[in-house]
Amino acid sequence: MRKFLVFTQKEFYHIFRDHWTMIILLVLPILMILFFGFGITTEINNARFAVYDPSNDMATQKIIDKIQTSEYFTLEAYLNNPAEIETIFQKGEISMLMVFSEGFYENMVHTGDAQILFIADGTDPNTASTLVSYASRLIAAFQQEEMGAAGTPPYQIHTEVRLLYNPTLKGAYSTVPGVMGLILMLICAMMTAVSIAKEKELGTMEVILVSPMPPLMIIISKMIPYFVVSIINYLTILVLAVYVLDVPIVGSFFLLTMLSLLFIFVSLALGLLISSLLETQIAALLGSVMGLMLPTVLLSGLMFPIENMPIFLQVLAQMVPATWFISAVKSVMIMGLGVKSILTELAVLGAMAVVLIAVSLKKFKTRLE
Amino acid sequence: MTLRYLIEKEFKQIKRNTFMPRLIILMPLVAMIIFPYAANFDVKNINLSIVDHDKSSFSQTLVQKIQSSGYFRISDVSGNYNEAMESIEADESDVILEIPLNFERSLVKEQKADLMISANAVNGNKGGLGSSYLFNIINDFNEEIRVKYLKMVDKVSIPAMELVPLYRYNPTLKYEVFMVPALLVMVLAMIVGFLPALNIVAEKQSGTIEQMNVTPVKKYIFILSKLIPYWVIGYVVLTISMGVALFYWGLKPSGSLLTIYLFASLFIVAFSGFGLVISNYATTVQQAILMMFFFMLTFIFMSGLYTPVENMPAWAQMISNISPLKYIMSVFRLVYLKGSSFSELHKPFLALLTFATVFYTWAILSYKKTG
Repeated sequence: MRKFLVFTQKEFYHIFRDHWTMIILLVLPILMILFFGFGITTEINNARFAVYDPSNDMATQKIIDKIQTSEYFTLEAYLNNPAEIETIFQKGEISMLMVFSEGFYENMVHTGDAQILFIADGTDPNTASTLVSYASRLIAAFQQEEMGAAGTPPYQIHTEVRLLYNPTLKGAYSTVPGVMGLILMLICAMMTAVSIAKEKELGTMEVILVSPMPPLMIIISKMIPYFVVSIINYLTILVLAVYVLDVPIVGSFFLLTMLSLLFIFVSLALGLLISSLLETQIAALLGSVMGLMLPTVLLSGLMFPIENMPIFLQVLAQMVPATWFISAVKSVMIMGLGVKSILTELAVLGAMAVVLIAVSLKKFKTRLE
Repeated sequence: MTLRYLIEKEFKQIKRNTFMPRLIILMPLVAMIIFPYAANFDVKNINLSIVDHDKSSFSQTLVQKIQSSGYFRISDVSGNYNEAMESIEADESDVILEIPLNFERSLVKEQKADLMISANAVNGNKGGLGSSYLFNIINDFNEEIRVKYLKMVDKVSIPAMELVPLYRYNPTLKYEVFMVPALLVMVLAMIVGFLPALNIVAEKQSGTIEQMNVTPVKKYIFILSKLIPYWVIGYVVLTISMGVALFYWGLKPSGSLLTIYLFASLFIVAFSGFGLVISNYATTVQQAILMMFFFMLTFIFMSGLYTPVENMPAWAQMISNISPLKYIMSVFRLVYLKGSSFSELHKPFLALLTFATVFYTWAILSYKKTG
């Protein structure tokens, strides 16, 4: 046992004495959670729009005023002739243009032919449709006000919209679980893989392997420091999420922690597997970037919704451990569901852990002989 | 002259590395085919769970109207709200529409009625858009009913107007149209960012930098000899990626190619210069990768790749101003999709020029010949 502790201590020294690596390991998660949490937002505010209004009457003024004063829109410019439309879009200055038909008020009251054309910058599809839908909603409100000037509007359906779990549509609610998955994967898998590959490359692995320690112990002692660092990161992320980003832990903290521990085991095992397959540091690094980071970033649902992917990518996504982890964290942390709802995720992660550890231990032993 | 030999050396090193040439050719090919499939934030086929307590002709008309809108897929019809909640928790539906008992009767008799939409907003995008699509459909439905009944009692005083949405540059709102030009930049950035970041530090680790330090080669020549190969590599990567964009995704720039390559050149100098800066400061390959990984993610996320920069809080927008990726991405999108020409792109041009100068100078200054 003492020998084992000495080995673990040695691994800790490796991390502590490399200041840069240590800073990156501890600070990277903090910066990532802050940037992603605050920077990625699906809320729309202050979208810039322009108006082309040949009628310029009471009704159009009221509508423009209503849209301009909402929190979603900022009026950028009035266009004087239609020729300016192309340039203002090409400069990238506005996301939407409203064009009123001529004689708007007259037509609105009498013939019902009044028309508003929303020309949205379709290059960004979601923003475009959100803007159009917000603007339509504001105009619907305007119509109701006009009608209701005499009292409540007739035949009114009142629709109550409830946004469950995330009433203010904060992006952080979906980025926090994602970043957790990414960081734990990065620290555990990549760092373990690299640190073992480094010893092989430098030749110090030979020295360690001829020591009387059983190989399994050597490996465990290599993993412990990264395990500890991941726990620290896990706690940092949660503290930041709760106190800085205002993302509450709705479900059970215990369950969340158990889930994360399981995921950390899977990641460590993956790192071990990579290092037993690859010999040099660069190969281990590139191998983990290509084989772990990219799939995690692209396919786990951290950035992109899995359901929109073509089938073959969806199948690939099922093989990425972070996919299961992130989905389970969302259920527990954000939606506050119990263990019953994440049984599938737990089972898959557990199976992955067992298989990965078995395979990598087998691989590792053959190398020794 | 010295520069020529140094550049020759760099190219030989790249060529004789078995991995590098393959990476330069394969990465853009594979990435440009796969990324756009993955990077799709379409909000279509929203799964809707309907709780219809009323079961009237009104509620059925409404459900049909929702179905024919094309955005929603009725995933289940639950007997009560709790059942519908369970389907949300099991991730089988995204939005619940609850139609209360006597919906039709109270709308006709009392001229008002309630509906309730509950959307799963863990994914803010889907929850937000889903509920607002549904809200607008209900508004339309409301309008129809109103017109029908008010006409019956002969009171035509509704301020009527037609709202026509038009999506310019991308009329069918295809996501890949939005993503492909930005992904071109991302692939380019990954290659001309990571490779230089590994370059000098690898020479440090293998010790060959010592030999360089004892030669009379000027620092700016040395850095230039490191930069120029990435310029060439960047062009190769960009051309391959644009080829995939054209032949696989059928997307060709509506602006001029010259503008694209001009901005790309500036960006490559700026970003590989940045890679070299990292390489100069790092002492091990591992550090260089981690640092680059961190900056790359930050730059990519802050650049407006998939959420518009103007929606970010003010401080995040400040940070995004120091990301070269933000400028090049907006330029690529503008030129590719809207056909903007150089005269509309002064601002990003100046910004990228500044980045190129600053990073190149910084790379020279941070390269120390003394050990």
